[in-house]
Amino acid sequence: MNALHSPTHHLLVAKGIGKHFGGLSALDQVSLNIPSHSIYGLIGPNGAGKTTLFNVLTGIYRADEGEIHLNGVSLTHSSPNEICKQGIARTFQNIRLFGNMTAIENVMVGRHVRTHSGMLSAILRLPSQRREEQEMMAHAQGLLDFVGIGHHANQIARQLPYGDQRRLEIARALATQPKLLALDEPAAGMNDTETATLGRLLQKIKASGVTLLLIEHDVKLVMGLCDRVAVLEYGRLIAEGEPISVKNNPRVIAAYLGTEAA
Amino acid sequence: MNKRIYIGLLCLTVVIALPFGTDAFLGRSWVRLLDFALLYTMLALGLNIVVGYAGLLDLGYVAFYAVGAYLYAMLASPHIGMHWPLWALLPMGALLAASFGAVLGAPTLGLRGDYLAIVTMGFGEIIRIFLRNLNITNGPAGIDLIDPIQIGNFSFGSSHSLLGWDLPSIYNYYFLFIVLTAFIVLVSYRLSDSRIGRAWAAIREDEIAAKSMGLNTRYLKLMAFAMGAAFGGISGVLFAGFQGFISPESFTMGESVMILCMVVLGGMGHLSGVIMGAILLAILPEAFRPLSQFQQITFGHVWLDPANLRMLMFALALIVVMILRPEGLWPSPVRRRELHQNDAMPASVQKEGP
Ligand SMILES: Nc1ncnc2c1ncn2[C@@H]1O[C@H](COP(=O)(O)OP(=O)(O)OP(=O)(O)O)[C@@H](O)[C@H]1O
Ligand SMILES: [Mg+2]
Repeated sequence: MNALHSPTHHLLVAKGIGKHFGGLSALDQVSLNIPSHSIYGLIGPNGAGKTTLFNVLTGIYRADEGEIHLNGVSLTHSSPNEICKQGIARTFQNIRLFGNMTAIENVMVGRHVRTHSGMLSAILRLPSQRREEQEMMAHAQGLLDFVGIGHHANQIARQLPYGDQRRLEIARALATQPKLLALDEPAAGMNDTETATLGRLLQKIKASGVTLLLIEHDVKLVMGLCDRVAVLEYGRLIAEGEPISVKNNPRVIAAYLGTEAA
Repeated sequence: MNKRIYIGLLCLTVVIALPFGTDAFLGRSWVRLLDFALLYTMLALGLNIVVGYAGLLDLGYVAFYAVGAYLYAMLASPHIGMHWPLWALLPMGALLAASFGAVLGAPTLGLRGDYLAIVTMGFGEIIRIFLRNLNITNGPAGIDLIDPIQIGNFSFGSSHSLLGWDLPSIYNYYFLFIVLTAFIVLVSYRLSDSRIGRAWAAIREDEIAAKSMGLNTRYLKLMAFAMGAAFGGISGVLFAGFQGFISPESFTMGESVMILCMVVLGGMGHLSGVIMGAILLAILPEAFRPLSQFQQITFGHVWLDPANLRMLMFALALIVVMILRPEGLWPSPVRRRELHQNDAMPASVQKEGP
């Protein structure tokens, strides 16, 4: 609530998140404030807990400690589908498309949560149902065009080139009309040109009013794109701030950037 | 467009002519078999919603068939003395079975694969054992003298003459079952090609991703259970009226397995495939019947009991089909892709080679 009156409005507020697997603390007292209309980077070495944090934020895992609020609404105990409905959509580090469905069908499934036709209207083929189907299809095609794979609409998702699968996941997530779009290593496995195109796409998404949370190993991409960056190491937040200050933070250099910035 | 109309007319002609042709060439008992094949088709289409569309393995499906059948048997027979008409009992059977489907579905939603199969199997058996032991269902003896199906003044249980032809009751039932099968096919098709149908497919493909995309997987699975069960209930009502007598032994686990075989053999999730699977498996055992005559003639003695031999051949046929075509005889394109997921990659690589 305070957030609404402070100079920067925070879309997502996570406080003191803890997640433990047996003796391993995958997340330990992690707090994040993600400003609205920003691109927020989350970096850290392998096994730092980045994906685990995504899973907690999206309800796949339940946090052992801490609270999550989106626009002041508590999501701490919500199920994944409720969280999506509230406005967080995500992609997966190891792509999880509906592989045997077509690209456009994948995006239409993403649209499910913002549409209403039930079984009865489908059985009776009511005009409202047909109209909604048309709208869903047009909307999905629009999103495929937006991410640049409109020409693949009727192709089987699994048979798309790798980079296009990653874009399709983004289109599917956008179809849920998220306030916060969480991307888990969207540039993984992409070459420089593809990564540059992806960077422009993410900026376009930001310009459309969606806030982005981005896990990425490509430091150049993160530093160029993000408004703020948080760094995780062994489940703890070791630095947070604007890219420049994070980049020069000695703890970060030691933990993570040291090897790659050299 | 024109082509579709011709194909439609052709199908219609075949469907209308089928019982007459069967009667003329194979005999009247085969027309009765056709009626049963249609009942099985309706059951298989119902189970297809659960197994084929939503990807939930249900081994107790016959319970919903029993619910529909017992509802009709109790409310349209001298058993309690009530004689309700079909137009009331058919929707009631569908609704009651759907509620049973939801009741079964609710506690099992967290389960997957093998565990779900075991629990649903248990549920099917519980229903059958209840039917065996309750007084109100007349225990193991079952219920007989069930009213034949009647719509208005037209009784399906007696013969009617049409243009000088004397059509016995099995013909009446054939046409009634055809109409209801067509209805179930239409409903299935429209569901699969809808927002809900896509959501079911998504759950089948990747449940975690489906949840993360905002699908209420619990609700959607419940709907699949309820919808599939409703078709089972409808088939049950028709079965009781058609057969005139039912007992718990009509609803064993073997029946559930048989219906599942029809769905899997034909091609899960594909309407044409499921219909073909159901008709084939309903008729196949009968088609093996002449084997005993063959033995009698060739060896002068029946070495293998025809009933056993039939089941043996039947099992053999199933195994062969499943080895050669794991996706079923007539699968949907999506299912074929799912089942060939692993060998798809090398194939495409080979294609790209020189
Ligand atoms: N379901 C689980 N059960 C047990 N341990 C887990 C589970 N999920 C994650 N972990 C552990 O938690 C730690 C953090 O894993 P996580 O996947 O979040 O790392 P990450 O920062 O995403 O790494 P990467 O950059 O390699 O993707 C790892 O040590 C991992 O083994
Ligand atoms: Mg990760």
